[in-house]
Amino acid sequence: MDNRRDILLSVQDLKVHFHLNQRLARAVDGASYEVRKGETVCLVGESGCGKTVSALSMLGLIPQPPGEIAGGQVLFKGRNLLDLGDDEMRKIRGNHIAMVFQEPMTSLNPVFTIGDQVQEAIMVHEKVSERELRQRSVQLLEDVGLPAPEERLADYPHQLSGGQRQRVMIAMALACNPEVVIADEPTTALDVTIQAQILNLFGELQRERDLSLLYITHDLGVVANIADRIYIMYAGIIVEQGSAPEIFHDPRHPYTQGLLASLPNRAKRGTRLHSIPGTVPDPAYKPGGCPFHPRCNLAIETCQSRFPDMCDYDNGHQSRCPVLYGQETDRK
Amino acid sequence: MMRDAADTVTPGFQVDDPVAPQQGFGQLLKQNRLAMIGLAVFVVFFCIALLGLGLTSGRNPTFDPAVVRLQEKLRPPLSKPNLETLSTEEVPRLGVYLFGTDDLGRDVFARMLQGAWVSLTVGFVAVGISVFIGIFMGGIAGYFGQSHTSIDTLIMRFVDIMLCFPSFFLILTVVALLPASMYNIMIVIGLTSWMGTTRFVRAEFLSLREQDFVTAARALGVSNFRIIFRHMIPNAMAPVLVSATIGIATAILTEAGLSFLGFGVPPPHATWGGILSDGKRFIFDAPWLTFAPGFAILIVVLSFNLFGEGLRDILNPKLRERQG
Amino acid sequence: MLSFIGRSIVQKTITLFFVSVVSFLIIHLAPGAPSQVDPLNPKFTPEMVERFRKEFHLDEPLHIQYTYFYRDLLTGKTVSWKDNQSVLGKIWERFLNSLPLFIVGTIITWTLSFPIGIRSAIFRGGLYDRSATFFSYLLISIPGFFFAYILIIFVVTQFHVPVIGLKTFGIGDAAWPRLFMDRVWHLLLPSILGATGGIAILSRYVRSQMLEVEGQDYVRTARAKGVPEEQVHYKHALRNALLPFVTMFGLILPGLIGGSVIIESIFSWPGMGRMAFEAILARDYPVILTVNFISAVLVLAGTFVSDLLYLVVDPRIRL
Repeated sequence: MDNRRDILLSVQDLKVHFHLNQRLARAVDGASYEVRKGETVCLVGESGCGKTVSALSMLGLIPQPPGEIAGGQVLFKGRNLLDLGDDEMRKIRGNHIAMVFQEPMTSLNPVFTIGDQVQEAIMVHEKVSERELRQRSVQLLEDVGLPAPEERLADYPHQLSGGQRQRVMIAMALACNPEVVIADEPTTALDVTIQAQILNLFGELQRERDLSLLYITHDLGVVANIADRIYIMYAGIIVEQGSAPEIFHDPRHPYTQGLLASLPNRAKRGTRLHSIPGTVPDPAYKPGGCPFHPRCNLAIETCQSRFPDMCDYDNGHQSRCPVLYGQETDRK
Repeated sequence: MMRDAADTVTPGFQVDDPVAPQQGFGQLLKQNRLAMIGLAVFVVFFCIALLGLGLTSGRNPTFDPAVVRLQEKLRPPLSKPNLETLSTEEVPRLGVYLFGTDDLGRDVFARMLQGAWVSLTVGFVAVGISVFIGIFMGGIAGYFGQSHTSIDTLIMRFVDIMLCFPSFFLILTVVALLPASMYNIMIVIGLTSWMGTTRFVRAEFLSLREQDFVTAARALGVSNFRIIFRHMIPNAMAPVLVSATIGIATAILTEAGLSFLGFGVPPPHATWGGILSDGKRFIFDAPWLTFAPGFAILIVVLSFNLFGEGLRDILNPKLRERQG
Repeated sequence: MLSFIGRSIVQKTITLFFVSVVSFLIIHLAPGAPSQVDPLNPKFTPEMVERFRKEFHLDEPLHIQYTYFYRDLLTGKTVSWKDNQSVLGKIWERFLNSLPLFIVGTIITWTLSFPIGIRSAIFRGGLYDRSATFFSYLLISIPGFFFAYILIIFVVTQFHVPVIGLKTFGIGDAAWPRLFMDRVWHLLLPSILGATGGIAILSRYVRSQMLEVEGQDYVRTARAKGVPEEQVHYKHALRNALLPFVTMFGLILPGLIGGSVIIESIFSWPGMGRMAFEAILARDYPVILTVNFISAVLVLAGTFVSDLLYLVVDPRIRL
């Protein structure tokens, strides 16, 4: 892993809370991760772990109220995004940091044409002639692999399939050549074959444009395919981080180990599938100490009371399990 | 209306949670303040109406709405009666004319008490009729709609036809042509307002029908009748309840309007609309004849509307999930 | 698309037919002889009554009456039983009186409801929203005649201006600017009255539509692209939120023949509503049935226009 590459985006101890009826949901509870230039970082976790909320709060897309940024900073090229005013935030969105969402079927405005929406992505940030707008739109649609891009411009979203709409979303995200693209489970709602195509597309685009990609997903198969570095998120915090090979071959947190063991293709035919007992905690009612301890078969007494710090392994591999760390150091 | 913070989108949240407490109807109701106020006012109104019925009927009522005292006409509220000119039965029970007197010297307070019961009854019975018809028609149209589309079409065409008639005009026409009576009014209002309920129930049924519990019931051999009544109707009730509550409000307003035009419940039985109508000739001289019933109607109708809207929020399944 | 239009027209014509039958039956099954306005009227001699019966075929069975009646209606020959005037003529005259009320009322309603509803939605929960909500509830709960009298008392005692009727009695031949202002002034109060209920309901509906749209994914996408806040609301959200209202526009057509009986009674406005009311009192069946028929035609035409507008406005349906 290339330490010399610049850190573009750095989330530091981010806390995002939601004030619901009579309870406080701590969706993101002190998460830290970073994205370097040209790399693909995967933020992995199950539904409800706070990965989407953390991404949305970077771009100021969390409605406040009921949401609230309760702490931490998000540094982009040195500036804290959370301190920016509305106008400055607007200049970042789409322009420097762009986002691709999960549901292509509902993420495009049904009453405007594809052309309008792609051109809008350019127009809001750059003063460009009509002709150039059109040219660039066509080029973008071509880049994302849409056939007959000129005709697509006049189409409405409902005339396109899910996969095609997602390509349009990606085109809109790339319109102003952002430095970072955040992709929030972009293929979850699509068929497996289309998934593969979109993943390949992301790979291509990243190589061509030296893009930094923050890819949020719960699908380890995808992660294995594209990740340079991985962050495992659980109950609003990062529980393990490291390079892709490290995490896959040498997971150092019971949760990660559980996730990997649960993959169907890892189980031998005929044996029971492994599953992690229990369910993900409600963000408003988290267990004390290590949030994973109720489901963990390695938990000891201190796990219930002490919130675990990050333990360092080699090569930037870190994990929040002092138990495994203890075992490791004992061995050494 | 106080909107809860909960009804915005919070992505990445889990819906099922074994740890969080389940919130019952009572809890949800308490959180919606305006609905609570609406319900409270309604309960007060209900009690007043019942009391009013008791206190103003019979041969020697506590508050007599009918006794005419021409020498005391058009007295303002809280004025004391002129004891020399009155016989003992004619003196108002409380010693003052609480809401004044009308042009025949009748105690407006007593008349208002009597009228409360009329408003209540008309509202509830009319809506009861319309809801009954609506559930029946909508249920059949929605349940048999898929398999026997002719029944569905027939019922919906009938709804379309009824909707072509301007509602107040139709009610007025029928009420004017029939002999005046409280029952006729209630029945007519009921017979002309079932269309909305039919549509709601039909829509709910059409979607419920596709759900698994219906298929399961049929697979077990449960009769259609039982499926409709025991299984589907309870699930379809939410929009009906909301619409019924607001319907009561509308019915009360309609009755008041009819009374105002002279087609309400016939005299001497007092109705709020009637008091207002009688008072329109004295609008500058005796404004209390307009304001007392006017405000009373306003408050009652407002409370029903608030409660209805509150019900809508509470029964909204989307909100329920997030709170539970 | 043409087949859709064709089918729609056919369906509506059938409905219209049934409406005509039902309304005919309702009226004629009611007790009470026709045109009981003035039994003491010396003009109602036995010969007149006899002629009356013959002319309107009142002896014949119901379905023959029906045929005659609607034939006359559609050819414009129907005549009022009360005063022998042509029904269509009467309706037209009253319609012209009701029209300015209707137009002004509709303009007020539609131009005020949208800004109020939209602003309430965008700043949901704020002071503006809560006040607007409070007033909406108040306005839909207040009995129309009560509100009317409050306004009248207020206007008359504060401004000392007469408000009843089309114009001030005895204004005679004043200069035409004054005449015009007088007319406008008399028009204002009843129109506002009629509009308030509409504003209360429509603005709530606008608000809820707007809120629903604002919660949609594509609004979030627009924001994420860097679209400025006002454009997010007024370009992306509004365009979608307005869709159902374009279609609602067709449904104001029936309002033409409406004309609130109550408002017109209070203000002594000689409009359609009062004419209908007087006809009911006089059991003037031709007038009642004609008004009913025209109203049904307008309702059906209105829904038809709505469907058409929907076709035009929503790209998802068009293609």
